[in-house]
Amino acid sequence: MDQIIDQFFNFKIMLEAWPIMWRGLMMTLLICAAVIPLGLIGGLLVALAGTSSTTWFRWLVIVYIDLFRAIPPLVLLILIYSGLPFAGIRLSPFTAVCLAFFLNNSAYFGEVYRAGIESIGEGQSEAARSTGLTQIQTMAYVVLPQAVRNVLPDLISNTIEVVKLTSLASVVALPELLYSSDMARSLTYNASPIVMAALLYLIILLPAVRALTRFEQKLAAQ
Amino acid sequence: MSVPAIIKIIDLHKSFGNLEVLKGIDVTLGESELVFILGPSGSGKSTLLRCCNRLEQAQRGQILFDGTDILKPDTEINAIRQQIGMVFQSFNLYPHLSVLGNICLALRKVKKFSKKQAREIAFHQLERVGLVDKSDNFPSELSGGQQQRVAIARALALDPKVMLFDEPTSALDPELVGDVLGVMKDLKNSGMTMLVVSHEMRFARSAADRIIFMDGGNIVEEGPPEQMFDNPQHQRTRSFLQQVGY
Repeated sequence: MDQIIDQFFNFKIMLEAWPIMWRGLMMTLLICAAVIPLGLIGGLLVALAGTSSTTWFRWLVIVYIDLFRAIPPLVLLILIYSGLPFAGIRLSPFTAVCLAFFLNNSAYFGEVYRAGIESIGEGQSEAARSTGLTQIQTMAYVVLPQAVRNVLPDLISNTIEVVKLTSLASVVALPELLYSSDMARSLTYNASPIVMAALLYLIILLPAVRALTRFEQKLAAQ
Repeated sequence: MSVPAIIKIIDLHKSFGNLEVLKGIDVTLGESELVFILGPSGSGKSTLLRCCNRLEQAQRGQILFDGTDILKPDTEINAIRQQIGMVFQSFNLYPHLSVLGNICLALRKVKKFSKKQAREIAFHQLERVGLVDKSDNFPSELSGGQQQRVAIARALALDPKVMLFDEPTSALDPELVGDVLGVMKDLKNSGMTMLVVSHEMRFARSAADRIIFMDGGNIVEEGPPEQMFDNPQHQRTRSFLQQVGY
């Protein structure tokens, strides 16, 4: 028992590792601050592109969505970070992470927005258009506000997934939370920093998951 | 027709795929006229109405609004639509906006009125339909009849020259129909030009200037209500009126 505590819950080591862990946590939050807005906005653009009346363009959007939803994000990230240099394109770890997440998230978020837009009846845009609103105004003021509200739980749930996926950035040596904790583990020869990282992820995500569940229950009750 | 025409529909053809739903329609709507379109379902009457503000794109023919052919691709359709109000069977109010928000949206974004001006206009129109006290409510808090009256106010706020009504009372409980018809009657008395698709026979008889009977994508006959109800010329008109119990 003492051995388990010493190896996994060693308070002294946790305290020692704290500066590294803190920097890792900050980097994870920085990645989130970059990739979540990128995904949300990119997804919206993808969904809007999907409503185009030009058939071939719509097909292109479908191919984009399917492709980046099917390819594992880790493979995509390594392809961008370690593959692209062979084509003379060398990206910093942070840029590579942002690009990989943008491609992956905009496809996922795009599908969520699309479902939301499709949930709004044709009558809404007909009413708006009949008063002289343009197609863009109709989308911005009538369809999207309702569509986003309808898929808000899915948007939040997707965002939680994205936060978890930021740990993938460790494979391109971006010193975020997981990478930092693993570094601390090898320095201290003790698993406590990893446990600490797991706890930090839980501290961020557990309240979010709980809040989402309550939000969904509230919606269901309405 | 002695009064100047506001809408003149000439030889209008419309197909959905291989199905031709309008087979050459000619209608003239004069200023301050209330014209009722009757006909069995599938006769093309709603499609005809929806062509008038290009919610449906007709394939052939002309629709002249104040002399402008609205079917021409280069016609500024959004400018025309402000002048043609439309009321839908299922109201189509924006559920995420208050009553005031519903009316003000196009006033602000299309007509570019200030917030204050838009609110003034909105309140004036709500007064007209008797719902000033509901301005801050959301559509879901209103009865069907109240929702439809808000939808009418929303269309009227843009100060249109013509109002199109697409079965405005079909989705209402019978006891709520009267309020909506009352608003339409007031509108008629104020001189609004109206094109109405509806099954409200009693209202058609008392308020319409002219009745058009459509069947199978054609106009079968048209005339003043007395003639159409008391002495219809065509067998199809007679059997339709019989079927609806009139």
